[in-house]
Amino acid sequence: MEAISDLAVHATGLTKRFGSTLALDGLDLAVPAGTVYGFLGPNGAGKTTTLRILATLLRPDAGTARVLGHDVVREPEAVRARISLTGQFACLDEDLTARENLRILARLVGNRGRAAHARAQELLDAFNLADVTDRPVKTWSGGMRRRLDLAASLITTPDLLFLDEPSTGLDPASRLQVWDTVQALADAGTTVLLTTQYLDEADRLASRIAVIDHGRVIAEGTPGELKAETGAGHLHIQLASPGQGEQAQAALAHLLDLPVHPDTEPGSLSVAGPAADQAALAVAHLECNGIPVAAFALARPSLDEVFLALTARIQDSSKEHAA
Amino acid sequence: MTTAPIPSPAGGPDITTQPAAALHDPGSVLARKPRPAPPGRVSASLTFAWRALLKIRRIPEQMSDVIAVPIVFTLLFTYLFGGALAGSPHGYLQFLLPGTLVMAVLLATMYTGVNLNADLGKGVYDRFRTLRIWQPAPIVGALVGDALRYLLASALVGGLGLLLGYRPGGGAPGMLLAIALVVVFALAFSWVFTLLGLVVRSSNAIMSLAVVVLFPLTLASNAFVDPHTMPGWLRAFVRVNPVTGLVTTTRAAMDGTVTPGQVGIVLAASAALTAIFAPLTMRAYRNHR
Repeated sequence: MEAISDLAVHATGLTKRFGSTLALDGLDLAVPAGTVYGFLGPNGAGKTTTLRILATLLRPDAGTARVLGHDVVREPEAVRARISLTGQFACLDEDLTARENLRILARLVGNRGRAAHARAQELLDAFNLADVTDRPVKTWSGGMRRRLDLAASLITTPDLLFLDEPSTGLDPASRLQVWDTVQALADAGTTVLLTTQYLDEADRLASRIAVIDHGRVIAEGTPGELKAETGAGHLHIQLASPGQGEQAQAALAHLLDLPVHPDTEPGSLSVAGPAADQAALAVAHLECNGIPVAAFALARPSLDEVFLALTARIQDSSKEHAA
Repeated sequence: MTTAPIPSPAGGPDITTQPAAALHDPGSVLARKPRPAPPGRVSASLTFAWRALLKIRRIPEQMSDVIAVPIVFTLLFTYLFGGALAGSPHGYLQFLLPGTLVMAVLLATMYTGVNLNADLGKGVYDRFRTLRIWQPAPIVGALVGDALRYLLASALVGGLGLLLGYRPGGGAPGMLLAIALVVVFALAFSWVFTLLGLVVRSSNAIMSLAVVVLFPLTLASNAFVDPHTMPGWLRAFVRVNPVTGLVTTTRAAMDGTVTPGQVGIVLAASAALTAIFAPLTMRAYRNHR
């Protein structure tokens, strides 16, 4: 059995209501220490509320949460000493420059004058922000603010970093930089709890994922486990000669025992949910039977598909489900 | 891994299109030194005071109200009412100046609430509140910055008054004591606005609330006219209005006739305001989301 002390976050039955909206409905969460943990769900699912409770910004109405062994309500100071939060919207002073922002924060985590200055410079260099250091943050692009925001969270290396939708609205290069940073932190032993709407981000970074909807965790596991549970994605086939569409459709339906849909483009077909090995055999079968294939792709399930599959299953078996 | 900065034709780097390169050195995002001890109460508050000063330097236009209001009110009241109320503007100024000093500084307290409210909306306070610092430090530090505002407003009223011919009977010490008392009271009164800044939704709402509260408080006092011509019910209000006590003491200090009892009343009122509204502010701050 996993000891409680090995968990960076251990929350049970978290409930939070805002007016008539039930933001969290008895959420349970166990994040192993030293891992990158993904928190996946649509807007309004309760991801940010959970993060704010764990970061001591909000009190839960019911339930308990321990972060790095400390209760978030009773011992907020002990929690704050070891965490950092990078919020969904950059938590920066827009009127001040990057250097001023970082120096203020460096002092607030306990660095003295010269050390505060040195650490600010080190982070500005690391995040390629040295050129624009002395311009007010409000003149910056969203991606640069995000990087500065992340830098501000790392003035002292936290034991637990909360990242709320780190790559929403980022250009691909900035996103890669954020991912590199998360990886470097994880390699150094920091636990990272990140929320995201993107499966590829969770897939790339997280060793475990919790899928959240309507304030509850509806599935939890490794990315592989979740995808296996929700089936493979779509097989798309483009035939070399569009005239063979009906013939191919019949052959695929017979072979895969799954519904085959013609796409809008002539000679283009798609099948939902075949396993990868079956999909490969099906493509080979068409080729061997005189139906040449021009192109094919097995798309992985999108977050939407995983999510819809999971919520549909919850509705089917809501009585058995005891999260 | 390093990428050379792309030279921009305009001269400096074009910060909106500058590409984000890969991490310069992923290892350097990690702090090599052990975590320092958290700052003490004074150190944390001073850091926030420094932040307030930096913000004044970056956005000097936020001081325009603090500069314009004292000048406009001093000139307006002196020349608008001086002849009618005291026979001449110069005669009225001797009575009026302590009153405009109080009014100008008290009106400046509303920006404490407005600025805090705007700050809270920007998310930077989320970060402050997840730091292990003395929790009142952000607000205490902001008040230190506000004290500077109040001093500036006081200096403007005092300087303009002297320029127009005001002569304090208490001389420079009386003037400085008066300014010190007004600033102390204003700082205590600022806690009312820090509370409003936390519980009221928008900066605009605070402004309108402030006008509704501050104008009656400052006008319905002995700041501008002697209350003996007022109807009884208004005189009763003027008598219990804390601003009246402050104006009386300020005027006495500037005239050089102040008693320790008058100073004591202002200090006691300041202590009472702080004792009530500082804890309420901190409770609202803890519960703010």
